[in-house]
Amino acid sequence: MNANAPTSEHIVKSYDEELNRLTGEIQRMGEIALAQLDAAIDAVLERDSDSARKVVQSDAAIDTLEHDVSHDVVRLLALRQPMARDLREILAALRIAADIERIGDYAANVAKRSIVLNQSAPVQLAYALPRLARLAENLVREVLAAYRDNDADRALDAWTRDEELDEQYTGLFRELLTYMMEDPRNITPCTHLLFMAKNLERIGDHATNIAENVYFLVHGAHIAQVRRKGDTTSSLLPVDDPR
Amino acid sequence: MTDARLAIATPIVGATGREVAPAGATKMAARNLNFFYNGFHALKDVNFNIAEKRVTALIGPSGCGKSTLLRIFNRIYSIYPKLEAKGEVLLDGENILDPKYPLNRLRSKVGMVFQKPVPFPMSIYDNIAYAIRHYEKLSRAEMDARVELALTQGALWGEVKDKLKQSALGLSGGQQQRLCIARAIALRPEVILLDEPTSALDPIATGKIEQLISELKDHYTIAIVTHNMQQAARCSDFTAFMYLGELVEFGATETLFTKPTKKQTEDYITGRFG
Amino acid sequence: MNSAVIPAPDAGKAAVERRLYFRRTVVNRLALVLGCAAALFGLVFLFWILWTTLSYGLKGVNLDLFTKMTPAPMSAGGLLNAFFGSAVICLIAIVIGSLLGVAAGTWLAEYAGNKRIGTVTRFINDILISAPSIVIGLFVAIVIVMQFKQYSALAGAIALALLVIPVVVRTTDEMLRLVPGQMREAALSLGVPQWKVTMQVLYRAALPGIVTGILLALARITGETAPLLFTAFGNQYWSTDLLKPMASVPVVMYQFVGSPYESWQTLAWAGALVLTVFVLLLSLLARAILLRNKTSHD
Repeated sequence: MNANAPTSEHIVKSYDEELNRLTGEIQRMGEIALAQLDAAIDAVLERDSDSARKVVQSDAAIDTLEHDVSHDVVRLLALRQPMARDLREILAALRIAADIERIGDYAANVAKRSIVLNQSAPVQLAYALPRLARLAENLVREVLAAYRDNDADRALDAWTRDEELDEQYTGLFRELLTYMMEDPRNITPCTHLLFMAKNLERIGDHATNIAENVYFLVHGAHIAQVRRKGDTTSSLLPVDDPR
Repeated sequence: MTDARLAIATPIVGATGREVAPAGATKMAARNLNFFYNGFHALKDVNFNIAEKRVTALIGPSGCGKSTLLRIFNRIYSIYPKLEAKGEVLLDGENILDPKYPLNRLRSKVGMVFQKPVPFPMSIYDNIAYAIRHYEKLSRAEMDARVELALTQGALWGEVKDKLKQSALGLSGGQQQRLCIARAIALRPEVILLDEPTSALDPIATGKIEQLISELKDHYTIAIVTHNMQQAARCSDFTAFMYLGELVEFGATETLFTKPTKKQTEDYITGRFG
Repeated sequence: MNSAVIPAPDAGKAAVERRLYFRRTVVNRLALVLGCAAALFGLVFLFWILWTTLSYGLKGVNLDLFTKMTPAPMSAGGLLNAFFGSAVICLIAIVIGSLLGVAAGTWLAEYAGNKRIGTVTRFINDILISAPSIVIGLFVAIVIVMQFKQYSALAGAIALALLVIPVVVRTTDEMLRLVPGQMREAALSLGVPQWKVTMQVLYRAALPGIVTGILLALARITGETAPLLFTAFGNQYWSTDLLKPMASVPVVMYQFVGSPYESWQTLAWAGALVLTVFVLLLSLLARAILLRNKTSHD
């Protein structure tokens, strides 16, 4: 356990039990989301539409857990009137649950698009996607570990590494653009790939959100540094813009 | 005098970096205050400021000295034998613990309201007028106006204006407590000390008192001792946490309740004590 | 989770519980019956006394009783001089006793507080409350009557005042200490000095109790005979001189009831009846004051 974590228990034991259940739910959500992401990437790599479909279906489990979390949070806020660290813990749980839920959605989206992708010929570029995916997955795994251990340093570390993911995404974006310009037949699969890459990039953003919440939970303050953006695609123009 | 006033001159900044409570000048201050109760060291080197026209809450477990501290601010402790305060308590820079500081002046400037509502066994009108008569000679009309003003400020006028001549003992607990606040206000004090003013009241009456506190702070400096942390959170600008006779932490209420700096404070406000 | 801990009800346990409950019901009834019997026993004597007083006393109650002087043996008369004497002596006693008693009680409650001297004074006062009245009478007889070689109404009043003081001290002390400390603090925190707080706030709060105490003391002294025997002595005739012997109802009763003359005995019983009614009324008044105050506080 991290030194920042409160060691003593509440006078009212059931309060501890409820808080533990809440963090347990978050952990479980995180594990499912990671497994989903993993399965989605495998489905892309192995062009396995069946397992992709399974991923899409399993997303409901995360949604259910998120409902449980918000229900528990409302209950805790109403009945326990949490203060200080407890309050931050509960707020962080609510926000992290929302982020994990989005991560699950993106994983399901990736799986959904892989089904469509499988209907056209394999695209050579698909290999770049898993690399992006592994990066995103690592980021998620890191922030969840940081959450589990109340480790703000680890969260901060993961937070800075999102930049890497953004850079990779920008690179992939350029490459996909080039492919599409080279051969119009690539446009359909590449667009799908582009969306999938975007989904993975968004997963990274949610991971940084989680990192920020972990930091807030531990220190009661927000990460002070101004975040440097690695994703510059929004300012990219087509190479030979007719204008 | 000036350094005491400067003590809170820098704004208190919350966790978010925003200014959460505009600083007021220091109205009252404890300097190296020690208190002995039958030889028991009840307050240990307490340094503490009460900002002008702000609400300052004192919280802490039973026996931590918060009430004791409050009761030094108008020297009400001095009516009991074997109690001794050492150090300084400044009111506008003057040491009120100095025996030369006139008790009359102190108590007309620093009013106090207690845990149990204690209306005097006389009419509602006389409850208010009683203390005024001690300080001022007023005509009937002037006194009527003063009583009405005090009761209005005490948020009680509407409820009692038709029965001013009735015994104050017939009022409900919440009304009695507002009467006690009105009685303290009637002397036009500068500081109002509230010693657990709502601990004997139901939630509705408590809500009315809290609303009253928020209205009063435009004109008065308020210090409130409370067992109810939520109450401190709801109605104070600054909060001091005391434990075993020491002032553990003092800061803007928002900061203290979301991000206390001391572990003891954190443990207490999150219910981890003991 | 907890439901697992609570054992299912079973027949054996229920039977035990029933037996236990039955036993408790029996014990409860028994205690109730014994208590009622004891109360009844006491009440029987009380009503017996009242009945005796009434049946003997009513014969003597007529206009003459309140308008004529104590008669010579075998002749008719009333108790006017005795009623007057009792009234004067008791009035003086209650005035002196209340003033001193309230003052002393206030000192005890407000100033002596829990100091050693306060505790000691309270203890001595409690002894005085239960001191036999004849002792007080003897004391006054020695200190005043022997000194001036003269029985006097004033000496009687002083003896009775000595009986009043401890009672009033006690009630004043208790009643003032019943006033919540926070009321004192609230009044003092307004900057009002302590003597004013005591006079204007605390006395108001404690007044019903103090008045009740005074009334009860008055009820007590109106029936006292022993302290008057050696002090006010008694007087066959009308006298308003405080420095001379004066008649009083209890003393007259004492003399008349033991006499062989029937008219005297009748007068004694009539006096007893009047005294009893007076004391009863005083007690009722005291109760009414306390009760009225209690309801208005809530």
